[in-house]
Amino acid sequence: MEITTDHIIFWEWEFIHINATLVYSWGVMTLLVVGSWLVSRRLSSGTKMSRWQNLLEVLVTMIQDQIREASRQEPRHYLPFIGTLFLFILVSNIIDVIPGVSAPTSSLSTTAALASCVFVAVPVFGIAQQGLRAYLAHYTKPSLLMLPFNIIGELSRTIALAIRLFGNMMSGSLIVAILLSLAPLFFPVLVQAFGLLIGVIQAYVFSILALVYIASGQRVKQHELEEALNEDISPEDQDLHENIN
Amino acid sequence: MDAVSIIGMVSIIISGITIAVGSVGPALGEGRALSQALMAIAQQPDESATITRTLFVGLAMVESTAIYCFVISLILIFANPFWDYVIKLGGG
Repeated sequence: MEITTDHIIFWEWEFIHINATLVYSWGVMTLLVVGSWLVSRRLSSGTKMSRWQNLLEVLVTMIQDQIREASRQEPRHYLPFIGTLFLFILVSNIIDVIPGVSAPTSSLSTTAALASCVFVAVPVFGIAQQGLRAYLAHYTKPSLLMLPFNIIGELSRTIALAIRLFGNMMSGSLIVAILLSLAPLFFPVLVQAFGLLIGVIQAYVFSILALVYIASGQRVKQHELEEALNEDISPEDQDLHENIN
Repeated sequence: MDAVSIIGMVSIIISGITIAVGSVGPALGEGRALSQALMAIAQQPDESATITRTLFVGLAMVESTAIYCFVISLILIFANPFWDYVIKLGGG
């Protein structure tokens, strides 16, 4: 029994092996890029819009709201990275239900690559916001003794991110495979549906954790926090507040 | 008993013990977290969105310890490095 899709090789030439993980993640990338390119060709700013534009707008505003609530900061800087991670993992987990297709996230290579992206993004966002010296100094907080522990924590949470997504997705497909040999009639369908739920939750958890790690490497400025929270109140509400006061 | 069967037997027994012990702790912890979250939602229904989000993230983090045990028991059964090594020694 295979516990990784890396061994299913479609095409090879000398040392280059094109395996199932690569093919399916390229498929997901093409689906996302071509899909959103087609939709964003004809955007309208009026009240009449195509249903696909509506879908993309719902997705983007939902991700923005989640980032604003979870990080208590302006979502502008985080939206491209976190949104891409979320959509890629979500689509990868969902295509697992198509017969003959296996999720690219059920291979440790894909999840390790995604976790490495987060590992690199944390210092990049931190240095961009507060400068190299201030960012490096935050490793020695609260005292210099904590330096090795901070570094170990940084590494172990990256490994934990990768193993968590891999384990959840791989266990889903493996349990279905075992059940098919035990009770092939109806039960695997239920477990497959449960696997869909797990896939969506894991995509959410991965991107929220990436956001929390990035936000923890930054110093929150007080006025930004207030601005971000005030945006939740619409202008009419603010008028109402002023009238009451 | 030769080396191959000893390694096979020990791997299977240990993988069973790994998943058994490794699922008890997270199950207790998740049940406790869930009951606390339900209590918090009952007391403050307005905050249920925040509580639910934090609960999901926390449950996923707690569950990852169980997932580690699961991955290790799978490696012991399906991709055991010692087993491969001994078989290679015996065959070569």
